[in-house]
Amino acid sequence: MESTAKPKVAVHKFSSCDGCQLAFLNLGAALMQVAELVDFTHFAEAGPLAPDAAVDIAFVEGSIATPDDLQRIARVREQSRFLVTIGACATAGGVQALRNLANAGEWIAGVYARPEHIHSLDRSTPIAEHVKVDLELWGCPVNGRQVLGALRALLFGVMPAQENDKVCMECKRRQTVCVMVTRGRACMGPVTRTGCGALCPSFGRDCYACYGPAENPNTAALARRFEGLGLVPEAVARRFLFINNGAPAFRDAGLKSGERHDG
Amino acid sequence: MSPATAQPATDRSPGLLPHERLQHLLDALSRSGYECIGPKLRDGAILYEHIDSVAELPLGVAVEQGPGSYRVDMTDSRRRFGWANGPQAIKPFLFAPREILWRATQREDGTLVFDARPPACKPLAVIGARACDLAALALQDKHFLGGTCPDPGYARRRDGLFIVAVHCSHPAQTCFCASTGDGPRATSGFDIALAELDDGFVAESGSDRGAAILDGLHLSSATTAQLVAAEEQGRHSSEVQRRALPGRNLQASLFANLEHPRWQEVAERCLSCGNCTSVCPTCFCHSEAEVPKLDGDSSLHEREWDSCFTQGHSYIHGFTVRPDTRTRYRQWLTHKLGGWHAQYGRSGCVGCGRCISWCPVGIDITEEAHAICGPQP
Repeated sequence: MESTAKPKVAVHKFSSCDGCQLAFLNLGAALMQVAELVDFTHFAEAGPLAPDAAVDIAFVEGSIATPDDLQRIARVREQSRFLVTIGACATAGGVQALRNLANAGEWIAGVYARPEHIHSLDRSTPIAEHVKVDLELWGCPVNGRQVLGALRALLFGVMPAQENDKVCMECKRRQTVCVMVTRGRACMGPVTRTGCGALCPSFGRDCYACYGPAENPNTAALARRFEGLGLVPEAVARRFLFINNGAPAFRDAGLKSGERHDG
Repeated sequence: MSPATAQPATDRSPGLLPHERLQHLLDALSRSGYECIGPKLRDGAILYEHIDSVAELPLGVAVEQGPGSYRVDMTDSRRRFGWANGPQAIKPFLFAPREILWRATQREDGTLVFDARPPACKPLAVIGARACDLAALALQDKHFLGGTCPDPGYARRRDGLFIVAVHCSHPAQTCFCASTGDGPRATSGFDIALAELDDGFVAESGSDRGAAILDGLHLSSATTAQLVAAEEQGRHSSEVQRRALPGRNLQASLFANLEHPRWQEVAERCLSCGNCTSVCPTCFCHSEAEVPKLDGDSSLHEREWDSCFTQGHSYIHGFTVRPDTRTRYRQWLTHKLGGWHAQYGRSGCVGCGRCISWCPVGIDITEEAHAICGPQP
């Protein structure tokens, strides 16, 4: 870097499990190197607290699910040159967006002894539904390679390369044997975005779409195939309505299969 | 013929390698400096990986393939090559799924230094290549080694490659090499070819180095009965194939049917996932990207397998030429079965059937080609 002042970076948490922040904290030695390249002005889980300080890059974890989230995200956007969402919650509303498809009030009343203390919105929504987002990193959780790649690219002043291929491409590059073709597993790989390194199939299990929809996903064809493999429509719907149920391609596919179940 | 009357195999006359002596072939290849790569049963499929011992080969394994389906079964057969193929054979060993092409380092004064030395590699001996794999290899050679700029990594790995072909004796339901003219019997491009019979392998050489290895094994000559059995097995492997392309050159027919409604129909079934192109032994598309080191002082230039089914494949600045599955599937088929004739002098399909078996939704290239081109004279 030419300038002596290091770029300022914030890591914010909204409605989430904190897992995506671990992509930074689990970097090991690379985290020391990151700390030489940038100043973390706000990163509650790691220590620094300055939520309202102006930064060059803000990484945002979590969805907008409470009235407080709504106000904070507007402030974060105002104070940040680049806003990068990390993970399924921030990018698609997270698993908690399942309540968007149900009666959230009923669920809260059913779970909590004193529901009047719960202040949450009826819907859990992605950050991009509220403010402009410059870059989205998918995954539940995102991994170190993704956040470092994005950070490095932004420090160079360019956008990182898009990763939007299907998981299948990565399985084949790694010579991972297809679990759907050899074992009839209902794998979400053919509609899911790569980025995880095709982790689950490499351990013999089917992809469950934690990286969200790939570009040009043919969810209808995959849903038909799942039925051919013996899944009832309700089970097909559950494959789509999971971690990234808030992503439109999955939500629509899940609801469509669900209607077949109900109908 | 009893061992007492067996004649020693002379140069270029087929010998008989008994099953229990197959290890001697591996040992001879190892002594000659090759790392042996052979078929292994892993995770429900036949994969080509490093082997030291014939005990690692898939003894008695049978494979049943169909559209979108691949299932292995155990039999009490003594054969180790009684199946057609797995998801991949030779391609990943030469055209690596992912490799570094060069490294760029920035010096203090801001200038860049490039290092494009291909990494050292041990010569490989691939045991069990099929006729379709060899036909595909010849095409990949044309692509990567032809022209004025041969690919250095591919060239280096190809130079060292020793091939032990095994004639296909158990074609899968998905195979159609007989219709493309590429199998099931390997006729060229190997160092040694084996026909697996119940009493051993009829072995013949296809190159001087192959002959040298076989000479060192001091095999007895194959009997006439064994030669006839091998011949018969090859004929049978051809006759049992039920799938076929509608012709060997579909270039005119495909390009005359670019607006055929079938393209849209297949697009409704196709996942556009790239499995077909990844398992295709002739597909060579790749993408390249920079992978900078975190400190920003150096960067790796990485190449990885790409596919005409990805968005990036047809992305040019600000514009995706083929945004939908209809145009992507059409690109794959018209290039594979059409454009290749102009580019490489033949079709890009060798009839291995992998794209049929490994398509998660079981799309059949022969069926699509028939639907679009109709029967050929």
